[in-house]
Amino acid sequence: MKPDNKNKNLINEFTPFLERPDKVWFLKISVLFLFIAIGFYAFYVQVKKGHIVTGMRDHVVWGIYIINFIFFLGLSYAGALISCIFHLARIQWGKPLMRMLEMTATISLVIAPVYILLCIGRVDRLHHLLIYARIQSPITWDVIAIVTDLFFCFVFLYFTHIRDFARLRDLPEIKVSRWRKRLYRFLALGYRNTPEQAKYLNQALDIMAAIIIPTSIIAYSLLAWLFGMNLRPGWHSSIFAPYFVLTAVYSGIALLIVIMWIYRKVYNLEKYITIEHFYYLGFVLIILDLFYGYFTFSEYITEWYNSQKTPTLLLYKFFNFSEYGGLFIFSNFIAAFLPLIIIGIPWFRSVKSITITSALVIVALWIKRYLIIVPTLETPYIPIQDNRAEWVHYSATWVEWALTLAGIATFILFFIFSSKIAPIIPVSAMEDKTKKIKIFYHKKN
Amino acid sequence: MKAFSNKKNKRRYSPRRKFLKSGLVLSAAFISGSTSISSCSGDNSTKSGKKTRLLTQDGNLVEVDESNIHESHKHCIKASLKEERKGIPGRKFVMVIDLAKCRNARKCIEKCQEAHNLPPDQEWMKVYLIKDSQHTEPYWFPKPCFHCDNPPCVKVCPVDATFKRKDGIVLIDNHRCIGCKFCLTGCPYSARIYNWKEPEIPEDIKNQQYSAETSVPAMIGTVSKCDFCPDMCRIGKVPHCVSACPNGAIYYGDLNEDAVSNGNEVVRFSELMSDKGGYRYAEELGTEPCVYYLPPKERIFPVKSGFKNLSEEEKARYKNIIK
Repeated sequence: MKPDNKNKNLINEFTPFLERPDKVWFLKISVLFLFIAIGFYAFYVQVKKGHIVTGMRDHVVWGIYIINFIFFLGLSYAGALISCIFHLARIQWGKPLMRMLEMTATISLVIAPVYILLCIGRVDRLHHLLIYARIQSPITWDVIAIVTDLFFCFVFLYFTHIRDFARLRDLPEIKVSRWRKRLYRFLALGYRNTPEQAKYLNQALDIMAAIIIPTSIIAYSLLAWLFGMNLRPGWHSSIFAPYFVLTAVYSGIALLIVIMWIYRKVYNLEKYITIEHFYYLGFVLIILDLFYGYFTFSEYITEWYNSQKTPTLLLYKFFNFSEYGGLFIFSNFIAAFLPLIIIGIPWFRSVKSITITSALVIVALWIKRYLIIVPTLETPYIPIQDNRAEWVHYSATWVEWALTLAGIATFILFFIFSSKIAPIIPVSAMEDKTKKIKIFYHKKN
Repeated sequence: MKAFSNKKNKRRYSPRRKFLKSGLVLSAAFISGSTSISSCSGDNSTKSGKKTRLLTQDGNLVEVDESNIHESHKHCIKASLKEERKGIPGRKFVMVIDLAKCRNARKCIEKCQEAHNLPPDQEWMKVYLIKDSQHTEPYWFPKPCFHCDNPPCVKVCPVDATFKRKDGIVLIDNHRCIGCKFCLTGCPYSARIYNWKEPEIPEDIKNQQYSAETSVPAMIGTVSKCDFCPDMCRIGKVPHCVSACPNGAIYYGDLNEDAVSNGNEVVRFSELMSDKGGYRYAEELGTEPCVYYLPPKERIFPVKSGFKNLSEEEKARYKNIIK
C-alpha cells in the first residue's frame, strides 16, 4: 500500500464526517441545538426578571451553576493533566486517546466560565473585574488562572493538531470545500515534517505539557480555595485543594472511558480503542477510587470526631434521610466503592460494566459537588430562622436545569464539530508506531 | 454563652480635638462630631440662661449654657463618594445590644425598613431566638451587620465594592458591585442580603443618586446590608433602630469617646462592658466585630412575650426553638 493511500484510509477512519455528513448527523445536531435554544430562552428569562427565577436565595447564594462550573472545570483540568502526563511519559497506548483528552480539556474550559457568568448578578459590569481588580480576592485568582489555562490549553491543542492539519492539506483527493483546504494550509503553518521541524514541534509540545501539568493543578487548587477561604463549616478545610484536584482527575478518567466507549460504537474504532484501554483505565479508576475514599473518609472523620456544633449539624444532615442522606449514600457508595467492586472483581469486569461504572461515577461526583455546596450554605453559624421555605432549602428551578442541559449539549456539540474539522484520533501519532519511541505497554490486538 | 471579650480596645484620640483647646473639651453630641462648645471661660454677655447637661470625655456631667453650643457640619448630610469611602475622621463606631432588654418588639426592623425603603421580606436587622444548649434559657438576639474590624466580606470582594472605612463602618458601593455573591458566602453571620429582583421602590427614590451611607436606592443584582446609618451620624442622630427601640436595648456610639447612647441615656462604653459583662458574638472566628452584646441577665421581659404581636408566619420561624 502506498503511504498516501494509507494516510487517506486513516483519515477516513478517524474523520468519518470530514467530507459529507449523513442525515443522522444533522438530526443529532438539531436536537442539540434545540437544547441550547431552550437554554438561551432560560437565560433571557433570568436576565429579564433577575435571579429570582432561580432557586438561589440569601443563604444558598450559589446553586447548580457553581456546581456545573466546578464540574466542567474539573473535567477540563483533568483532561489537560492526563493528556500531558501521557505525552511526557510517552505512554504508547495512550496515543489514540490524546485527542479526546485535549478536546475535553479545551471544550469544558470554554463552557465552565459561562456558568460563573450565569451566577453573577451584574454581567454588564464584568469589566469591573479588570479595572477594579483586587488581587486579595480568590475570584481574581480564579480569573487569572482560567485565562492562563485557556491560553495554554488552546496552544497545546493547536500544537498537537499541526501534524494532522499538514496531512489534511497534503491529501488532494479528499472532497472538502476550497475554504477548508485553505484553512488547513493556513493552520498547518508550512509544516512538512522535516527532521528539524519535527524536532522543534516535539520540543514545543514537551514544554507546553510540562507547563500545563503544574498550571492545571494550581488552577484547580485556586478554585478549591474559593470555598476553602470562607469561614464556613464544611468548606473551611485545608484538605480541600488536594481533594478537589483528585476528584477532578477521577471524574476526568471516568469521562474518558465513557467517551472512548461512544467513539468505539459510533465511529467503529475497535481496532484502535481496544479492550486493554478499558482495562488499563479501569485500573487507574480503581486507584483514584481508593484515594477518593481515603480523602472523603479523612474529611468526614475529622469533622465528626470532635463534634463542633455547626459542623456536626451539617454532618447530621448527611445522615438524615429526610435531608441529604439519600444523596450522600448514593454518591459515596458509587464514587468510593462501586469501581472497586465492578472493576476490581474479574468476574464483573467487561467493557460494558466499566463504562456503566464510569458513567455512574461521573453522576456521583456531580452530586458530591452538590453536597459540598448546598448543605454547607444551608448551615450557617447562626441557624437560619425564616418563614419562607425557599429561603431555607434550595431547590433548582427549570431555568437552572435548562441551562445545565444546554451546557451538556454544547459540550457534545463542540465534540461533534471538532470531529468534522480534524481527526478524532491523531493520525500522525498512529502512523509512526514502528519508530524508536520506547513502548511501555504494548499488546497485540 | 459565648466567651467574653477580654481584649482591651485601643483608645485613639481624634486630631479634630486639637483645635478645641479652650480647656474643657466636651462631647455633647458624641455621635455627630458636629457640636462643639465655643468657649466656656469667655464673657458672659451672650448667655441665654438655659443650661444643658453634657457628658465630658472622662465621664463627668457638666452644665453648659446653650448659647455656647454650636452645631457645625450639618450641611454634609450627603458626602461625596470619596468621603463615603474614607469615613468620618476620628470616629470609631460601635453598637452595644442589651439582650436583657429585648423582647422582639420588631420596632427596630420596621423603622429600618421604612428608612431604607426595604420590602417587608428584607431585614437588615434580624431578631433570632437563640437557645444555646438544652438547659439554658432561650433569648432574643437582634443581629445587625457586625461591621467587623477584620471583615471576611471585604477580603473576598474582587472589585473593592464593599469596603472598610476608617471609622469602622463597612459599606457597599452598589454601582461597582458585580453581584458575584462571594461576600454573602464569606460572611459568617449571614448579615448580607442580595437583591434577587428589581426592588419595588417609589420612582422618585429610584432616580436618586446612590449613596453608600444611606444604601438607597437598592439595585437589582447587587448586595445590601445594615450600614450603621453614617448619614444619621453626620446630622448628629442615632441610627433608626436605636431610636425606634421601645426598650432602649440598642446603644450606639463612638469608641474613641467611650460613650454610647440608646437615645434616652448616654453611658460610658467601658462601664457598660465591665458592669454588665459585655462580649462579642463568636469571638473565636477572629472577625473582630464592632457590635457588642450584654448577656440576658435580669431580664425585663419573659421570652414568651416576644411572641405576642407576631403573625402566624413570623411565629413559624421559631418553631424549632420553642415547641
